[in-house]
Amino acid sequence: MTNLNELYDVLVIGGGNAALCAAITARQAGASVLVLEHAPREFRGGNSRHTRNLRAMHLQPTATLTESYSEADYWTDLLDVTGGKTDEHLARITIRDTTDVVRWMETQGAHFQPSLSGTLNLSRTNAFFLGGGKALMNAYYLTAERLGIKVAYNAEVKSLRLVDGAVQDAIAVSEGAPVTVRARSIVVASGGFQANVEWLREYWGDAADNFIIRGTPFAKGLLLRNLLDQGVAPIGDPKQCHAVAIDARAPKFDGGIVTRLDCIPFSIVVDHEARRFYDEGEDIWPKRYAIWGRLVAMRPKQIAYAIMDSKSEELFMPSMYPAIRANSIRELAHKLGLDENALEKTVREFNAAVQPGTFNSGSLDDCRTAGINPPKTHWARVIDTPPFIGYPLRPGITFTYLGVKVDENARVLMSNGQPCANLFAAGEIMAGNILGEGYMAGIGMAIGSVFGRIAGRETGKFARN
Amino acid sequence: MVICNSCRYCEGFCAVFPAMEMRRSFSSGDLSYLANLCHDCRGCYYACQYAPPHEFALNLPQTLARLRADTYAEYVWPRPLAAVFQRNGTFVSLLTSLAIALVLILAASLRPSALFTPRPAEPGAFYAVIPEVAMVGVASMTFGFAMLALAMGFRNFWRDTGGGPVVQTRSLLQAFSDVLTLRNLGGGEHGCNNRDEAFSQARRYAHQSMFYGFMLCFASTCTAAFYEHVLGLVAPYRLFSLPVLLGMVGGLGMLLGTAGLMWVKVQADPAPAAKAMLSNDYALLAQLFLAAATGLLLLISRDTRMMGVLLALHLGVILSFFLALPYSKFVHGIYRSAALLRNAAERPTK
Ligand SMILES: Cc1cc2nc3c(=O)[nH]c(=O)nc-3n(C[C@H](O)[C@H](O)[C@H](O)COP(=O)(O)OP(=O)(O)OC[C@H]3O[C@@H](n4cnc5c(N)ncnc54)[C@H](O)[C@@H]3O)c2cc1C
Ligand code: SF4
Ligand code: SF4
Repeated sequence: MTNLNELYDVLVIGGGNAALCAAITARQAGASVLVLEHAPREFRGGNSRHTRNLRAMHLQPTATLTESYSEADYWTDLLDVTGGKTDEHLARITIRDTTDVVRWMETQGAHFQPSLSGTLNLSRTNAFFLGGGKALMNAYYLTAERLGIKVAYNAEVKSLRLVDGAVQDAIAVSEGAPVTVRARSIVVASGGFQANVEWLREYWGDAADNFIIRGTPFAKGLLLRNLLDQGVAPIGDPKQCHAVAIDARAPKFDGGIVTRLDCIPFSIVVDHEARRFYDEGEDIWPKRYAIWGRLVAMRPKQIAYAIMDSKSEELFMPSMYPAIRANSIRELAHKLGLDENALEKTVREFNAAVQPGTFNSGSLDDCRTAGINPPKTHWARVIDTPPFIGYPLRPGITFTYLGVKVDENARVLMSNGQPCANLFAAGEIMAGNILGEGYMAGIGMAIGSVFGRIAGRETGKFARN
Repeated sequence: MVICNSCRYCEGFCAVFPAMEMRRSFSSGDLSYLANLCHDCRGCYYACQYAPPHEFALNLPQTLARLRADTYAEYVWPRPLAAVFQRNGTFVSLLTSLAIALVLILAASLRPSALFTPRPAEPGAFYAVIPEVAMVGVASMTFGFAMLALAMGFRNFWRDTGGGPVVQTRSLLQAFSDVLTLRNLGGGEHGCNNRDEAFSQARRYAHQSMFYGFMLCFASTCTAAFYEHVLGLVAPYRLFSLPVLLGMVGGLGMLLGTAGLMWVKVQADPAPAAKAMLSNDYALLAQLFLAAATGLLLLISRDTRMMGVLLALHLGVILSFFLALPYSKFVHGIYRSAALLRNAAERPTK
């Protein structure tokens, strides 16, 4: 058993990507390090275990990345998705440091996929972990063990004690028993609060009960709230979260990537009364992927259904759940639990509104509707070729945006602007500093890796020589 | 497998995933193909965020290993012998002891005096113990039958996984080199997960040692046959002759390789393994180990009075090996090669 009564140089709270980056860096600087992870060993690694890639700046092609991706390109993309809600100084630190992150991860035992065409075609901007995020976390934990970092699983930190801008100790429950853990410095890398349904209810009301949490059930934001309550400066919109439309049959937590559904541009989407409610073909899917969680969340009962015919079946990546099939729209409505007449009417009206055009699944084509509201502005084709196919959709929450404010050294800032002496934050819990809104693939792991390493570097200075 | 197909995080590990992604649904032939394309590195078990205790309880290596065991039984020729794969360990060890006993009895009854007589290792010494006709006759019969049965197994597999008689030379060459170099066992550059999340090359090196060792022993037998029937030189040969050298190096390779593989297996995490397969695995490894060990012993003590018995022992093991060949884990080599060939054929040209 890990000794929790010792005085450590660095206490890292959390067991995901940001936490391990901080722990390893601090340890390599000579500090004694304790990691407290709420999850059991089998589920260690938070949302990071569900990830697949990291966005990295690079000036030449590398073994894992094609072409080049400059600071300017990266910054433009970030500005674009956040609509300017970002701290340019911190963002540029992140972007620049990602040039080194892939190499650093490899020295810690991580493996990457050779750059390949892939299904997502992101190999210019994103480096893909061989085997995904869990393989990455396995590599980190092996390295941590080798370096002599102490890791305790089933250890939840309940609160931190802040006095005059310095953190004194942490109150934790380890294997069911309360314990006070002392450390010279602390890194909070405990993720967002998306798994805290109570907290989500504050903003969403009863609708929150129908949300599906795509990642870890352990990201409850206990420490985020605890710190904000003690006068730490907040950042990011507390009401916002990254939410996508996922297969409604997904488990409540930890369903991860396999519940995603990319069929919306090639379908019509109806609510529980079988009515359409938004332009399904508004823009290319990567740009609209993340609005559909919110759209579905705002419908009554937080459920929607994607309806298409066999022409569209092969155009998107399947979810792990089988498509619901039927030979008529009525039968499909019945199987989905929708009103048969209502769905038939919606499909009939939609079909009547479809204009002639040349279908092209790969670009913004000219297949659109006329005379219905809402319109479908691209990829609109008549739904007439059985079997008809339906997928039920629910909002799937990826992460929340609310976090703690930090400076360029990952130091947590108090509301009066003063940095805490020995309290640092990395990962999702401070991602709002850089990603105030929106999302782009691979930025979460980029922020966590960069600020995890910065927090490790800074806390490494607390090592007793 | 449907889960993997919508996840695809493991696509960089091995050929199974890209092959899987070319399909939306899987026929039983597809499954046999994919199962034999898997070299059981277990990378995708430790990397899987859905592995047990996750509620999806995904364990791809185990699923594929079970399917593999099924393919061995399903494509076996003649068909009624499928049952031997169910208790393969028992079957193979029974067969081995029977074969040894048979050769011993045969030797004892044909040339009772020769069995324990010490003699110098001069040309013809082996045939003094066991007559040439018996040795060559039995050997060619079992070998011939084994080849026939393996070929039929290959045919059954090929048909069921999609058939198609035409294979381009390019694919053939690719598959040939994949088989010979055991390229995939490298798993990129990091090796297998034998015990836990850590990667290791041990399994690859051991398998290579066994595989090339086996090939050398086979080459040794072939050169010996060539010496005897073409050059007219009769065994045993001098220590520094080609057949003996090949056999010695090969035998050592097999000893090390099989011992290594057994060691890896004993230490392995049982979670991603298929119980049904273990008995097959150990049976073949033990057979190969015995074949190499008795062969080397025979070499060391061929000038002593033990030679006769050891020769009979060695031949007994070899006999059982070839008898069991189409009904032991050895068939994995056939189906795996076939799967690699299919894979090479369906991979898009760069
Ligand atoms: C399905 C899915 C796919 C994703 N794919 C990608 C991708 O491909 N690329 C990308 O960049 N981002 C991706 N993301 C986002 C990415 O997961 C996050 O940005 C990133 O993992 C955050 O890392 P983190 O270390 O801050 O938090 P996490 O990895 O969530 O780690 C938080 C850790 O803190 C622990 N914890 C929480 N509270 C406590 C407490 N009180 N005491 C002790 N421990 C505690 C948790 O158990 C957990 O181990 C994805 C997210 C999901 C859900
Ligand atoms: S084994 Fe698990 S992680 Fe790998 S592709 Fe399949 S579902 Fe994904
Ligand atoms: S065990 Fe290894 S070879 Fe088999 S499917 Fe998984 S990654 Fe591929």
